[in-house]
Amino acid sequence: MKLIFAAFAALALVGCAQSPLRGTGDLGVVIERADGRIAIVDTSARAVLGRVEGLGDLSHASAVFSRDGRYAYVFGRDGGLTKVDILGQRIEKRVMQAGNSIGGAISQDGRLVVAQNYTPGGIKVFDAETLELLSEVPTQSKVVGLADLAGQKFAYALFDKGEIWVSDLSDPRHPQTQKFPAGQQPYDGLVTPDGRYYMAGLFGEDGIALLDTWQPEQGARKILENYGKGQEKLPVFKMPHLRGWAVAGNQAYLPAIGRHEVLVVDKGNWQETGRIQVKGQPVFVMARPDGRQVWVNFAFPDNGWVQVIDTLKGEVVQTLQPGKAILHMEFTPRGEHVWLSARDDHAVSIYDTRTFARIGTLPAQSPSGIFFTSRAARTGF
Amino acid sequence: MEGQAPSVQRQRELTHLVRQDCGSCHGMQLTGGLGLPLTPEALKDRPFDGLVATVYYGRPGTAMPPWQSIITEQEAAWIVRQLMQGFPEEKR
Ligand code: HEC
Repeated sequence: MKLIFAAFAALALVGCAQSPLRGTGDLGVVIERADGRIAIVDTSARAVLGRVEGLGDLSHASAVFSRDGRYAYVFGRDGGLTKVDILGQRIEKRVMQAGNSIGGAISQDGRLVVAQNYTPGGIKVFDAETLELLSEVPTQSKVVGLADLAGQKFAYALFDKGEIWVSDLSDPRHPQTQKFPAGQQPYDGLVTPDGRYYMAGLFGEDGIALLDTWQPEQGARKILENYGKGQEKLPVFKMPHLRGWAVAGNQAYLPAIGRHEVLVVDKGNWQETGRIQVKGQPVFVMARPDGRQVWVNFAFPDNGWVQVIDTLKGEVVQTLQPGKAILHMEFTPRGEHVWLSARDDHAVSIYDTRTFARIGTLPAQSPSGIFFTSRAARTGF
Repeated sequence: MEGQAPSVQRQRELTHLVRQDCGSCHGMQLTGGLGLPLTPEALKDRPFDGLVATVYYGRPGTAMPPWQSIITEQEAAWIVRQLMQGFPEEKR
């Protein structure tokens, strides 16, 4: 009898070991772009926990998280929208929602997932629970820079029309949209961490369009106009990315288009306060969560380098070569480590942001975007 | 503009360049993105020389950059020929 009991107890233990209760606060996903697969990673153990396949064409894929941090919504290039159960390591739901897509966002209350599409151009609104299509806003233009705002609103920019649109989805089946002229060829957008200002970077002219979403009646205005005045732009082999990552303290750090510079702007009056020379054309300019450092990666052919700006000194304090073709960076929730994807090394490198020492490397096939669940709680992510 | 085909090694590098780095605007499957689709279907009525010039010199006023600092004109011609035939997959 005792023996049998012991055997049951042992069995029960094995069962537990297979699916222990755990949170998701230190988990994330790494896109393996060439294989239609994501790796589920643990930033405490610095390990890959598992992989989920069958997500389609993931070039330029991105992810947002449900507010409980349990599910990742992955937007693929081929228009696939996949809801992945991070703990269960499996696809919960998947829909093909467009011909050609570029990313998405999740609403303030976590109930709506919105995709931004190139073909056909527009946004589509889905129920986050079921992925049922609720409504769409056609734009007759490629949509870039979709970002969530307070009050179930979303801001985005129209590459072909040069406008910023803000759609109110408080009644998700009947979107109400406001339109603002912005400038030539907006290529991406960001919302400041407080959710107040929406900025769209312009490719067709020097400058950034800025909309105060608390006072939209004032319209979008242009800042950093003519930052490249009189100088020839270098060929741009890759569009920079914006997002809310580049705001540190009272300054915003923004990539200059076609120049080896990071532009620094005062968040009070939106005047340029400085420029920092860097190794190449910046792609991601991302503040560590505390804002003390800004990490920068670069467009082809300088994409083997990463530089770190100290925001107190206003200068580059570290130049790293973390691997071949560094496509993306993601900080752990409080910023003690940064994970970098080295596409052509088929690896993710992990650095300590204080000592700049490489503390680990994980294998991943052609990794691109890295997304941690801490994004679930942040506006603009 | 026919010229010599690049070496096998160089072809491999160019294939990688097109899939990955042209892919950032045209999609890894070359089905389009910010840039136009570069599938045989999409390119079939386009003049060959014009496309080679687009790759080599870029298209001013658009986001298509000139690649002349990275590849030769012959290499641009090789890329366009492959695109029109159906671009090879990367070998791994
Ligand atoms: C930074 C973005 C970007 C990159 C990188 C890029 N392209 Fe383009 N490409 C474009 C855009 C935008 C257009 C459309 C231009 C227009 O509106 O006419 C285009 C157009 C083209 C066309 C003409 C297609 C047609 O139907 O007329 C070809 C061919 C082309 N690209 C090839 C390439 C190749 C090959 C590479 C890599 C060596 C490349 N592109 C990299 C943005 C890009």
